[in-house]
Amino acid sequence: MTTAQPAMNLLELRGVTVSFDGFLALNDLNLQLAPGELRAVIGPNGAGKTTFLDVITGKVRPTKGDVLFRGASLVGQSEHRISRLGIGRKFQTPRVYQNLTPRRNLELAVRGPHGPAALLFGSLSSDQRDRVQHLLGVVGLESHANQPAGGLSHGQKQWLEIAMLVAQDPELLLVDEPVAGLTDEETARTGELLCQLAGDHTVLVIEHDMDFIRDLQSPVTVLHEGHVLCEGSMDQVQNDPRVIEVYLGSETQEAA
Amino acid sequence: MADLLSSRNLRRALPWVVIVVVALVLPAVLPPFRLNLLGRFLSLGIVALGIDLIWGYTGMLSLGQGIFFALGAYALGMYLQLSSLEPGQLPEFFSLYGVKSLPAFWQPFTSPLFTFFAIWVIPALVAGVLGYLVFRNRIKGVYFSILTQAALLVFFNFFNGQQKLINGTNGLKTDTARLFGLLVGSDAMQRHLFWLTVVLVIAAWFLCRWLTRGRFGDALVAIRDDEPRLRFTGYNPTAYKTVVFAVAGALAGISGALYTVQSGIVSPQYMAVPFSIEMVIWVAVGGRGTLIGAVLGAVLINYAKSLVSEQLPETWLFIQGGLFLLVVTALPDGLVGWWRQGGPGRLIAMVGVPPKAATYPSLDLDPEVQAEHSDIDTTPRGGAS
Amino acid sequence: MDLLYDTLFNGLAIGSVLVLAALGLAVVFGLMGVINMAHGELMMLGAYTTFVVQNIFKAVLPEALFPVYILVAIPLAFAVSGLVGLLLEKTVIRRLYGRPLETLLATWGVSLILQQFVRSVSSAFAIGLLLAVVGGLLVPRLTPKQWWQQRWTPLLGTGSWIVSGLIGIVVASLLGGQRVLDQPWFSARNIDVTAPVWLRGSIDVGAVNMPAARLFIIALTVVALVAVGWFLQKSVWGMRIRAVTQNRPMSDCLGIPTEKVDALTFLIGSGLAGVAGVAVTLLGSVGPNLGGNYIVDCFMVVVLGGVGKLAGTVLAALGIGVLSYIVGSGSLLLVWPAMPAGLNELITFFATTSMAKVLVFAVIVVFLQIRPAGLFPQKGRMVEA
Repeated sequence: MTTAQPAMNLLELRGVTVSFDGFLALNDLNLQLAPGELRAVIGPNGAGKTTFLDVITGKVRPTKGDVLFRGASLVGQSEHRISRLGIGRKFQTPRVYQNLTPRRNLELAVRGPHGPAALLFGSLSSDQRDRVQHLLGVVGLESHANQPAGGLSHGQKQWLEIAMLVAQDPELLLVDEPVAGLTDEETARTGELLCQLAGDHTVLVIEHDMDFIRDLQSPVTVLHEGHVLCEGSMDQVQNDPRVIEVYLGSETQEAA
Repeated sequence: MADLLSSRNLRRALPWVVIVVVALVLPAVLPPFRLNLLGRFLSLGIVALGIDLIWGYTGMLSLGQGIFFALGAYALGMYLQLSSLEPGQLPEFFSLYGVKSLPAFWQPFTSPLFTFFAIWVIPALVAGVLGYLVFRNRIKGVYFSILTQAALLVFFNFFNGQQKLINGTNGLKTDTARLFGLLVGSDAMQRHLFWLTVVLVIAAWFLCRWLTRGRFGDALVAIRDDEPRLRFTGYNPTAYKTVVFAVAGALAGISGALYTVQSGIVSPQYMAVPFSIEMVIWVAVGGRGTLIGAVLGAVLINYAKSLVSEQLPETWLFIQGGLFLLVVTALPDGLVGWWRQGGPGRLIAMVGVPPKAATYPSLDLDPEVQAEHSDIDTTPRGGAS
Repeated sequence: MDLLYDTLFNGLAIGSVLVLAALGLAVVFGLMGVINMAHGELMMLGAYTTFVVQNIFKAVLPEALFPVYILVAIPLAFAVSGLVGLLLEKTVIRRLYGRPLETLLATWGVSLILQQFVRSVSSAFAIGLLLAVVGGLLVPRLTPKQWWQQRWTPLLGTGSWIVSGLIGIVVASLLGGQRVLDQPWFSARNIDVTAPVWLRGSIDVGAVNMPAARLFIIALTVVALVAVGWFLQKSVWGMRIRAVTQNRPMSDCLGIPTEKVDALTFLIGSGLAGVAGVAVTLLGSVGPNLGGNYIVDCFMVVVLGGVGKLAGTVLAALGIGVLSYIVGSGSLLLVWPAMPAGLNELITFFATTSMAKVLVFAVIVVFLQIRPAGLFPQKGRMVEA
C-alpha cells in the first residue's frame, strides 16, 4: 500500500481480482488516482490493461475486491450508470457510429439527459450545439461534419472518438491507446490535447508508444500479469530492474 | 408567399398531392373486391413500418410481430362480436361450448372507448413487457429472433386451443357486425375503411419519421451498429429498445385491427409462424431502413401473392422462398435501397450506355431518412440535403 | 413409484427425440453462430428417405429383409440430409457469413422451397428441374470465354439461369401431359411408415410399459450422442471444429481450413437432422410440414443449452421433454389427487400438448432472467466483444 493520500481519491481500486474460469486477468490490483491527475498505464500484452478498464466501466465484474469512484463503489452497477457518474472511455480500436455523421456522433455523446423521452421531446440547447461545433473544429472535422463517419480515415476516427469522449465531459477519462496508427504530428497534437484536459479532468491513458508517454511527463503505472508492478516517473520506472526484466529491457537500452 | 410555389416546395408537395388524388379516385375506379384487397395490403404496411423501426433501424429481427397484430385484431373482433348483440345475449359460438356467461375479460370490450385504446395499448404493453424481460438480460441477435418466434407459437397455441374463451381455431367473424350503423362487410363501409387505412398509413409513416429523424433515431441506429459502445456513453439501450419495440407492437395492433375488418375474420392464423416471417420479407424486399420501402414492400409482395395464388397456387411457396434468398443475397437494401444507390443506372450501364455523371433521380419522398442511410452511396444527392 | 418411472420414461422419450433433433442445430450454431431455419425440413427429408427405403424394401427385396430396412434408412437419411445441407452451405450460407439475421431469413426461404418441393415433386417436375440446373451450369462452358468478362456479364449470368429455368418449366409442363410422369411422388398428404415387427411391441418393466419404438429412439439418441462426442473429442477434424468454435480468427491463422470445417460441420449437423427424421417416422405419420412441429422446440433447446457444450444441449432437451410431458399429460393430478381445487383447475388448463408449450415457454423466459446465457455460459473477454 502507498502512503496516506492528501485528498480523497477520485478513483481507487482495492485488491481487484478478475478470474475467467481460473485464469487471473487481474490479480490483487491496487491503484489510486487523485483528482486532476494525468496517469499513464503501460504493460506488456496480456498484462490486463483492457480488463482493467472493463472493470472500472462495469463491463466486467470483479471476482474479488472493490472499485471506488469518489468514495462510492462501482461494483455491480451497469455501464450506462457508471458513465453517467462521470467516467468516459475511449476504446482501443476506434468505435464510432459508422452510419452517422461526425456531427451526429458528437450530438449523441454530448453531455445532457440521455433517456428516450429527453431525446424524443427535447432538443439540443445552444450550449450543446456550440460545444459540438467547437469540438468539430478542435479535431479538424468541420469539413466532414455531414458525411457518414464510416468514410473517415483511421486517424480521423481516432480523433472523432476522442472528441466524443470530451463532449461527454466526464470527470474521469479512460483513454485506451489513443495514438495507435496515428502519424507523428497527429500523435503530438493528441498529447497536447490530453495534457490540456488534465487539471479540469482526471485522465488515465493506456499506451504502447513509449515516446508518447514520456512526452506526457506524467506518473506511470506498470501492469504485469494483472498486478501493479511499480509506479513512478518514466525515468524511475525505466530504471526499475523488475520492469526491465519483464518488459522494457531492450527498449531502455535503445533509448539510452 | 412566392416561396410557397418554389420548385423545392413543389417537389415536396407533389407526392402528397398524388397520394391524395389517387386515394380519392381509386374507390371510384377499382371494383370493390380489388379495392378491398388494396386496403388490406395497405393496412399490412403499418405492421411493416413497425418492423422497419425495430429491424431496419434498431437491428432487432422480430419473428413474432403476428402476436401484436393478432392482439389488435382480436380486440376489435371481440368488440364487434358484442356490439351487435341485444343486452343479455352472448355471441353465438359460446353456446356451442356450453358457456353460459360472458368470460370476465370480454366485459370491457362492450365499450367502444376501451376498445379504441385496447387495439394499440394492449399490444404495446405486451410487447413492452416481453421486450423488457428479454432486453434487460442483453439477449439479442439470433437469440432474440428465435425467442420472439417461440413466443409467437405460444400465443398461437393459446388462442388456437381455447374454444371456450375465444372460439379457438375458428376465430371471430367481423364482417357481419355493424359499425356506425353500417354492415362492416358492405361496400360502403369498405370504402370508408379504405380511406381510414390510407390516413392511418400516412399517420404511421409520419410517426416513424419523427422517431427516426432526430437524436432518438440516431440512438436507434447507434444501438444497431454498436450497442455496447452506446452504454459507455451513458445510454441505457434497454430503455430505447423497449420503447421502440412497444411502438412497433402498437403499430402492429392497429394494422391487425384494420386488416381484420377488411378481411372479415380474425383467427389464430394471424399468429401462424410463417405469416410473421413473411412480414419481415416485405420490409426486406421494399428496403429496410427506408420507411417508404416498408409500405411499398408490403403492398407489392401481397399483390404479387394474390396474383400468383389466383393463377398458380403451388408455385407461390417457390417464389416466396426464392424471394427470401434473392433479397438477402443480391438486394440487401431492398428495392428502395437499390434505387437510391443508383441501381437502375448500373443496370443500364451493363448493357452499354455509359453512366451519366449527374445523379439519378432518387425517390425523394423521404429525403431526410435517405440522407442518413446512404453510407455506400457516394454520388452527390441533388437537392436532398 | 411406478407413475414416477412412467413419467420419467415418457418424458425421456420425448426429450430424446428433441436431443436428436436439436443436436445438429446446436453444433452448427456453436460453430458458425448460424441458426438454420431449414433444419426441420432436413428432418423431413430424413423421414421421406425412410419412407422411400421402406417402399423399396417392400417392393423389390425379399420379405425376410424387411425388418432391417430401418437400419439401412439411418445412414441413407444421414447422407441425403447431409448432402442437401452441404449444398445449402456451399451456395447460400457461405455468402452470408457474419450476417446471422440474414442467414436466418435465407434458410427460411430454403425451408419453404423444400416443403413445396416435397409436395409437388413428380417425375416431370424432377426432369424439368434437372434440365434447368444442368442448363444453367452448362451455359458458361458452352459460350465464348470473353463473354464472361464483360460489363453485362451479370445480366448474362442471370439471363442464362432464367432461360434455362423457363426451358425446365416448359419441358416439365409438356411431360406433365403424360399421366405417369405427372403423378406426384409424395403429394401434400401425410405418409405412413410401417415400423418393422420388432419395433411394434413393448416391454414391461414392473408396471411401466415401454414401447419398443421409444426404446429404439432412446438407444439411437445415445448412439448418436456417443458418436458425435467421440468425433468432436477424439478425431482430428473434431479437434479442428472445437478450435474454430472457440476462436475462429486464431484457428484461421494456425492454418486450420475453416471453410472446410464449416462445410463438414454443416454436413454433420444436417445429417443428424436426417437421423432425427428417421426417428420421427416411428412416432406417427409425417407430412411436408413436419419441420414446423419440431423447429421451435429445437430453438428453445439451443437458447436454454447455450453454445459449445453437448451437455447443455442434452440437459436442456431432456428438461424440456420431461417438463412438457409432466404438464401436458396432467400426471401431477394422478400423483396428488387431493390437491386444492384452484391448483387442480390450473393444471387441467395446461394439460394438453400445446398448452404445455405455453407453460414451458414461460418457464424458459423466467429461467433466462436468472441465467441469460443458458445453462453453461461462456466466459472471458471475447464474449460480447
